[in-house]
Amino acid sequence: MGNGLKRTPLHGRHAALGARLVEFGGWEMPVQYAGIVEEHRAVRTAAGLFDVSHMGEVEVEGPGALASVQRLITNDAGRLAVGGGLYSPMCLPSGGIVDDLTVFRTGERRYLFVVNASTADKDFAWIAGHTVDAQVRNISAGWGLLALQGPRAVAILARVTRADAAALPSFHIITQAEVAGVAGCFLSRTGYTGEDGFEIGCPWDQTPRVWDALLEAGRSEGLTPAGLGARDTLRLEAAYMLYGNDIDETTTPLEAPLGWTVKLEKGEFIGRDVLVRQKAEGTARRLVGFEMTERAIPRHGYALRADGGPAGTVTSGTFGPWVEKSIGMGYVARAHAKPGVRLGVEIRGKTAGAVVVKLPFYKRS
Amino acid sequence: MYPDDLRYSSEHEWARREDGRVRVGITQFAAEKMSDVVFIELPQVGAKISFMQPFGVIESVKAVSDLFAPVSGTVVEVNTVLASTPEVVNSDPYGQGWIILVDPADPAELQQLMTAEQYRKVVGGAGA
Repeated sequence: MGNGLKRTPLHGRHAALGARLVEFGGWEMPVQYAGIVEEHRAVRTAAGLFDVSHMGEVEVEGPGALASVQRLITNDAGRLAVGGGLYSPMCLPSGGIVDDLTVFRTGERRYLFVVNASTADKDFAWIAGHTVDAQVRNISAGWGLLALQGPRAVAILARVTRADAAALPSFHIITQAEVAGVAGCFLSRTGYTGEDGFEIGCPWDQTPRVWDALLEAGRSEGLTPAGLGARDTLRLEAAYMLYGNDIDETTTPLEAPLGWTVKLEKGEFIGRDVLVRQKAEGTARRLVGFEMTERAIPRHGYALRADGGPAGTVTSGTFGPWVEKSIGMGYVARAHAKPGVRLGVEIRGKTAGAVVVKLPFYKRS
Repeated sequence: MYPDDLRYSSEHEWARREDGRVRVGITQFAAEKMSDVVFIELPQVGAKISFMQPFGVIESVKAVSDLFAPVSGTVVEVNTVLASTPEVVNSDPYGQGWIILVDPADPAELQQLMTAEQYRKVVGGAGA
């Protein structure tokens, strides 16, 4: 290993494809193959295949599984039928976000959490610490995970599985699917790009077989391997939160634009008291999206200004390869959190103009 | 691809003598490393620049890097094409992707830069 970083089962494939590898959350991951812009456009127009095997999986099973899931997340898992899923923050008592994740009901009394790589160990400890009357298993080491994303994803996947992926509704999961001859895979209609697509879980050692089959099946459809660089620009155009940048333990779902995931009426859950109060009083600050009005690129950590004074910090920023604009997000005081408000971004000692816009920056038609 | 008539800096800029002036750009190695150049902050015409000090900024989708002057002097021309199509730095780094033209204060500084042969060894044949 040498550098002490963890490797996914596809490390050799990435190296052979000429990927540029970088550290991410303790893992050595491909940031790009052909180039971020090319991969980004491929996902918007055809399809991209991402290795996201670094992400974590935690299973909760037993009589107390549903009650435990409901205690842990802000969204409402109570209405999920087997095969259903949702996106949710998982909060501290302070309302700060431990992680954002997807949860699927994979059995009558079994739930699967798919969590961020950098927080996987913390999440497992938190979930285990607040689960009552159910088993909690960190199964991350057993599962490789691929994200097949883009308008051609359905057609490509149909070539390597008999599972009816085309009929799978958004945020639903098929377990025990056979994909590329590999039994025991799962398929969920989820992603982090703003496009239609799937996440495909496979037994760790079998992941290269599924990867190879998908690339082969997608060749005539314009499928390209895509790295974390394009994943970041795609998710930012779609205004998905990046944990550790846009949200963390010091921000709440109501400060972030995640109010739609907070179901106060479902009953007690961790962080509810603070969120009830924030909902009643309104939060002092909010995460907004902005576009630059002059040629400059906002980056994570740059200072924001409004009305001649400090206004906050950029949490994410990039040049959006599809929207072809410089875009960013950051927390500002409530008074500045309205579309049309003029902001300044401090870039190398100068203030560049920006304007608050409605999120997302990109929505597929 | 590193033309023999250029000099090369350790920060991956090239310098070409043209009728007493020096044209400056970034090397193919740097262009490939940046991959998707989306923004270049250029100096003003008339700006004074100093040997191996930053004179501008180049940004890819992912990263921000300084541009270093391979020669001291006065900027007499900037490549205005880069404002609207910065990607020509990727597609044609030694031609249309040039960045500035400099009236050098001390042309002898160019002797401190690498020859193409020396530079090829530094980048290990990458991008060749």
